[in-house]
Amino acid sequence: MKTALSAEAAAALIPDGAVCLIGGFMGVGSPHRLIDAMVKRGVKNLTVVANDTAMPGKGIGKLITAGAVSKLIASHIGLNPETQKKMISGEIQVELAPQGTLIERIRAGGAGLGGVLTATGIGTVVEKGKQIVEVDGKPYLLEKPIKGDFALLGCKQADYYGNLEYSLTAHNFNPIMALAGAIVIAEPHHIVPVGVISPDDVKTPGVLVTHLLERAI
Amino acid sequence: MEDKDIIAQRIAQEIKPDMLVNLGIGLPSLVANYLPKDVHVFFQAENGVVGLGPRPPEGMEDEDLTDAGGGFVTAMPGAASIDSAMSFALIRGGHLDMTVLGGLQVDERGYLANWMVPGKMVPGMGGAMDLVAGAKSVIVGMVHTAKGAHKIVPECTLPLTATRRVTLIVTEMAVIEPTERGLVLKERFPGVSVEDIMKATGASLIIDGDVPEMKLN
Repeated sequence: MKTALSAEAAAALIPDGAVCLIGGFMGVGSPHRLIDAMVKRGVKNLTVVANDTAMPGKGIGKLITAGAVSKLIASHIGLNPETQKKMISGEIQVELAPQGTLIERIRAGGAGLGGVLTATGIGTVVEKGKQIVEVDGKPYLLEKPIKGDFALLGCKQADYYGNLEYSLTAHNFNPIMALAGAIVIAEPHHIVPVGVISPDDVKTPGVLVTHLLERAI
Repeated sequence: MEDKDIIAQRIAQEIKPDMLVNLGIGLPSLVANYLPKDVHVFFQAENGVVGLGPRPPEGMEDEDLTDAGGGFVTAMPGAASIDSAMSFALIRGGHLDMTVLGGLQVDERGYLANWMVPGKMVPGMGGAMDLVAGAKSVIVGMVHTAKGAHKIVPECTLPLTATRRVTLIVTEMAVIEPTERGLVLKERFPGVSVEDIMKATGASLIIDGDVPEMKLN
């Protein structure tokens, strides 16, 4: 059984300089209360791996605005002008990766694989510096795995074993990132007694989850 | 009729019953408005839903149900919510019948550039590279020129999205099919001459006999 932590207590576990995989797509499915607490604590120098940085004032966008991020691996920053500004000024080092490649790199990191081979990016700037591997006459890029010190997840509900259930398009990167963080912190909207979530509905087994945040209300 | 509506209406004619289709944000998303009511298709949003429906009435939005642009949507009966790894497995794995995307440039090889303008616009590729590399058919919907500047060019000068020949280019002036021989002019907007189209096109076009007019409502 796990004890639910306050957002402040969870944020205190994340040191400056940590590599954080953060779930969410344009803020949908991100751990919002945890992000607020991280900003409040004044965490610095994070490496953030996420699909996007949402927009200013929302989700991961708040970490960008607060100057908490020094390195970012993402697929899209187009809706957050602050991320683009900080990339151009050099304040944040940004690596852009195709979305399908990014999620598979994270999956590889969590699944014990040495990388993935994908045709996405062949013949584009994405192939720069990467090994091309031919399989049955077809070229693929070797994309390396990604792991994090932390995976910070949002979910619909959890039980006290840490089993997680997600909602609609708020799944996105969360169930995959749950495998790839050394420490996994999940922020549920609700926490229900063990046994309430049907085994069929558990997308992240609780054995992967290190800490739970208190429920939203 | 505005240019974007002409383009969307013509592209809708390419969609066949029971297809799995991904519409990009912006102009491509308008294609859904022109689909005949009796044609059932599944629309995918790469952030995690198969069976995307229209925007809900105000006040009935679900914060966990958005499209890839972050806009509120609905899920149709029979929809499935999926994580990002499943979503991009559908895209790269040959399960997505069609993707409709905007374009900055398309060239005589049928290669598309649509994700960045160096020094000006670096939003990240998001899912575009996976979509173009992986979908069974790729339809580019875009205005024919950018304020007079050619967008259909001999060779893309902007960074490529993929080195894959797209299936069809649809503009407010013409329907063009990239082939092994080059760009074939298939249809023209009613009243627009072949000469007009050639003038507005930087690349050379192959004219096979009479070029029929687009059939629009």
